[in-house]
Amino acid sequence: MVKKRLIPCLDVRDGRTVKGIQFEGLRDAGDPVALAERYAREGADELVFLDITATNQRRQPLTELVRNVARVLDIPFTVGGGINTVADVESLLLSGADKVSINSAALARPAFIAELARRFGSQCVVVAVDARLVANEWQVMTRAGTVATGREAVAWCREAADLGAGELLLTSMSHDGTKSGFALDLTRAVSDAVAIPVIASGGAGQPADFTAVFEQGGADAALAASIFHFNETALPALKSYLHAAGIPIRQ
Amino acid sequence: MEIAVVDYKGGNVQSVLFALERLGASPVLTADPEVLRKADKVLFPGEGEASSAMEALRAAGLDLVLPTLTQPFLGICLGMQLLGEHSEENNTSMLGLLPFKVQRFVPDTHHKVPHMGWNNLQALQGPLFTGLTEADHVYFVHSYYAPVGAYTTAQASHPAPFSAAVQYHNFYGVQFHTEKSGAVGTRILSNFLAL
Repeated sequence: MVKKRLIPCLDVRDGRTVKGIQFEGLRDAGDPVALAERYAREGADELVFLDITATNQRRQPLTELVRNVARVLDIPFTVGGGINTVADVESLLLSGADKVSINSAALARPAFIAELARRFGSQCVVVAVDARLVANEWQVMTRAGTVATGREAVAWCREAADLGAGELLLTSMSHDGTKSGFALDLTRAVSDAVAIPVIASGGAGQPADFTAVFEQGGADAALAASIFHFNETALPALKSYLHAAGIPIRQ
Repeated sequence: MEIAVVDYKGGNVQSVLFALERLGASPVLTADPEVLRKADKVLFPGEGEASSAMEALRAAGLDLVLPTLTQPFLGICLGMQLLGEHSEENNTSMLGLLPFKVQRFVPDTHHKVPHMGWNNLQALQGPLFTGLTEADHVYFVHSYYAPVGAYTTAQASHPAPFSAAVQYHNFYGVQFHTEKSGAVGTRILSNFLAL
């Protein structure tokens, strides 16, 4: 059977890996290529690189970094941040990215999802959804989480899947960086609403948080950054823990 | 050893080129029939959609060239599916080297489509899998699959068994991404280069 995936996320700014608390107050965590290699060696199932400054500063994604990563990495990786056009996607895929993650551009023009799926195949189209809990409703945010869209998260996820997304990267901004656990209710609602895989993101703090997001949240994959970057939870130990807890994972 | 990677403008070939380079090979990316015929090994990566891939192959004349190759040939992902007769994906006629018809997975609550992620291999046969066991995992990303048949040399399940690998004479195919399957994928690529 297909296994639950653990995905370290490398937020990249100016060629360095950083991780913020709720997207602000960024800390420097190192060289992304070296980190990527380390994670692959330690058993990461996939990696995600997010160019977190790209959307706000309208900078093109880092194709040179993608090429350097692809040269050494023998596991799949996704690249996101500031992707607005078919040409952006083509240059990242040709540089060696396996998938691209789109967010603001899909919200601005949902047909972009269908265009990418038709041109490159759904398998490489990840739609990233940043959701924030406001007045008991999960609202979709855009432009690196700075602007509310007025969309409800589960409905947007369903629409993205219908348009041809191959996977959803679902981040709870209300949990991101807090290490208080994943948004289980949101993850479960989205996972039940779509037939495509869901990566849960935001809030990983303890090994038990991962068990919960796989079992109660129904996630197909879980993404985390700070607990891996700062060696708070090592991947091999986390995998052993999940295996012992009966979660199907690759060891 | 001359290693050719088929360039038909239809998929992400860069990862396969990098994986071959990590094994010390110097692959050439080509659509030239003469270069393909003279190579010691031919790899055929595929991603994307079946009918566009077949159109691209036809436009390059490769639909007639590939079936006549006699050296070890490895189709990866869509490159494996194209070895079959037909795909449900936009009702596409394929190369017809192997007698399978590619079908779409039907999703349920516990089995998402695409079948995406690491799955273990079962019922391994043949030289590609030398040194590997059923505990080994490889990386899959696909929504369509080839059923199990006499040509199947490895299976995986989602939830029913399907062909993870196929073989017919010198034509080998793997549904998973050897170039993205860590040490296990590297071993399979290396086994192919040693054929």
